[in-house]
Amino acid sequence: MLRSATTWILVGQRLGIALITLLIVSFAVFFATELLPGDVAEILLGQAATPEAVAGLRTAMGLDEPAIWRFLSWLGGLATGDLGMSYVNKMAVADLLSGRLMNTLRLAGIVTLVCVPVALALGIAAAMWRGSWLDRLVSVLTISVISVPEFMVATLAVLVFAVWLDWLPALSFGVDVDSLGDMLRAYAMPVISLSFVVSAQMIRMTRAAVIETINTPYVEMALLKGASRTRMVLRHALPNALGPIANAVALSLSYLVGGVIIVETVFNYPGVAKLMVDAVSTRDLPLIQSCAMIFCISYLALITLADMIAILSNPRLRR
Amino acid sequence: MSLALRLPTPARLGYSFNWAGRIGLAVILFWAAIAIIGPWIAPYPPGDMVDFDYFGPMSSQFWMGSDYLGRDILSRIIMGTRYTTGIALAAVILACAGGVLLGMIAAVVGGWFDTLLSRFLDAFNGIPHLLFGLVVVAAVGSSIPILIVTLAAMYLPGSYRFARALAVNVNTMDFVTVARARGEGFGHIILREIFPNILGPVLADLGLRFVFIVLVLSGLSFLGLGVQPPNADWGALVRENIEGLSLGAPAVIFPSIAIASLTISVNMFIDNLPTRIRDRSE
Repeated sequence: MLRSATTWILVGQRLGIALITLLIVSFAVFFATELLPGDVAEILLGQAATPEAVAGLRTAMGLDEPAIWRFLSWLGGLATGDLGMSYVNKMAVADLLSGRLMNTLRLAGIVTLVCVPVALALGIAAAMWRGSWLDRLVSVLTISVISVPEFMVATLAVLVFAVWLDWLPALSFGVDVDSLGDMLRAYAMPVISLSFVVSAQMIRMTRAAVIETINTPYVEMALLKGASRTRMVLRHALPNALGPIANAVALSLSYLVGGVIIVETVFNYPGVAKLMVDAVSTRDLPLIQSCAMIFCISYLALITLADMIAILSNPRLRR
Repeated sequence: MSLALRLPTPARLGYSFNWAGRIGLAVILFWAAIAIIGPWIAPYPPGDMVDFDYFGPMSSQFWMGSDYLGRDILSRIIMGTRYTTGIALAAVILACAGGVLLGMIAAVVGGWFDTLLSRFLDAFNGIPHLLFGLVVVAAVGSSIPILIVTLAAMYLPGSYRFARALAVNVNTMDFVTVARARGEGFGHIILREIFPNILGPVLADLGLRFVFIVLVLSGLSFLGLGVQPPNADWGALVRENIEGLSLGAPAVIFPSIAIASLTISVNMFIDNLPTRIRDRSE
């Protein structure tokens, strides 16, 4: 099937907008981290911070050059995969990050695999049988989970699964991971807590999106025509709700990269968010900047992907 | 003037709340009252160690048990109400005032100003809220004014986006065109023509944002970066007593219940607002 040229132009446009936004974001990230109080050279030298030593270190680190010039060289490095050196550990930021990023992505991947099918199914089912006991149960559960702080979900999970039932270890890491069973046990708690938090959002937004399309005249027409409830929702309403649903899923998933700081803290899981918070307390600018860029890139990528799905699934957006 | 004379009570305007909305409202008012009269009803000074036992159970002397230092949890929750609701309220008002004002301006001015502002705030929204808060607080230290401003900055873009979307719709309506043709100034169009027509949904949005801010504030305090000891908001109370979790101590359970009761009831109240208030612009 030939998707008309305009579709691809639109998709290209979205990509272009994403790139421009990324540029603005990198600009903002760079200068926001510059604004962090405290002089890096002084902090690094600590007790040995004589004025001469500070000046020397500033020159050596290139901190004397104009900010805009440093920004451009940082951007150039970013584009070629050179993230710079960490100020504190004297290691390449890329090396520091890669392990943590893998951890974060692994956790995010598992949660995505668990959550997305369940959340979509529940959201669509709740919309399909609106007002039924299933719908009410799902609504009450999602509102409760959304209204409750994340650390409560996490501590509750610890209380139930580790303290009362004694099924799982309370801390996910520090446990030696030898077999598949061990790995499952180590990941279970963070995955359970995150799944609750993430899928609640997804279910709510999916339900709202499907209900919105069900309320349109053409779906009502399908019902009048004699289509069954299932057919009406799955064949007539769902394709048009795909765009908003993709958006909802993208928003929820973007949370899994940077928003998991509490779960990482409670379960002592070494991910990127924790790395960034540690980096802030040591004023490790290159590391902070790279972490911030990772969060923004993942958010933008997911949002752009959702936009493209919306464009490809909805002919009306292509005119 | 007329607004002050005719108090818009729900009954007089024909708005009715269902039971879920009423329960929500009742709990909100309860916490508001506690926040105001807290110091006079707290049974013990919140900072004093009054129990010889730590993580004490519920008793007639200490209704909600005692914490890890033997302080009375009921008194500490009552005092924590002020921090949690006060900070969240100040932050949400700041965020919504700024966001709504910018949103209306962007909708009316349009053009490159609108595009630029929207893009910028969208990009800012891409930074995870809690992480942004952690970074700011870790960088400049935690004090109550800083917490308020940081929380407001986190939720301003969302409020902006919401208000702008509403204002764009209102902006195209005939009465706004008429006002323009009449030669009304920019300020008049924004404040007298557009603002009253987006007020209902904006207030509903403010309620939901309040919930988010309470949650993020509790999260910050839970991580030890929010309200600093010896003061404590509800999140900090959970953090202080987290060791009591494995003992099933009431000291960790009641602050959690306090947070959940406030956020769930605000959600319930907003969800059950009469549609006339929520969707006024539609």
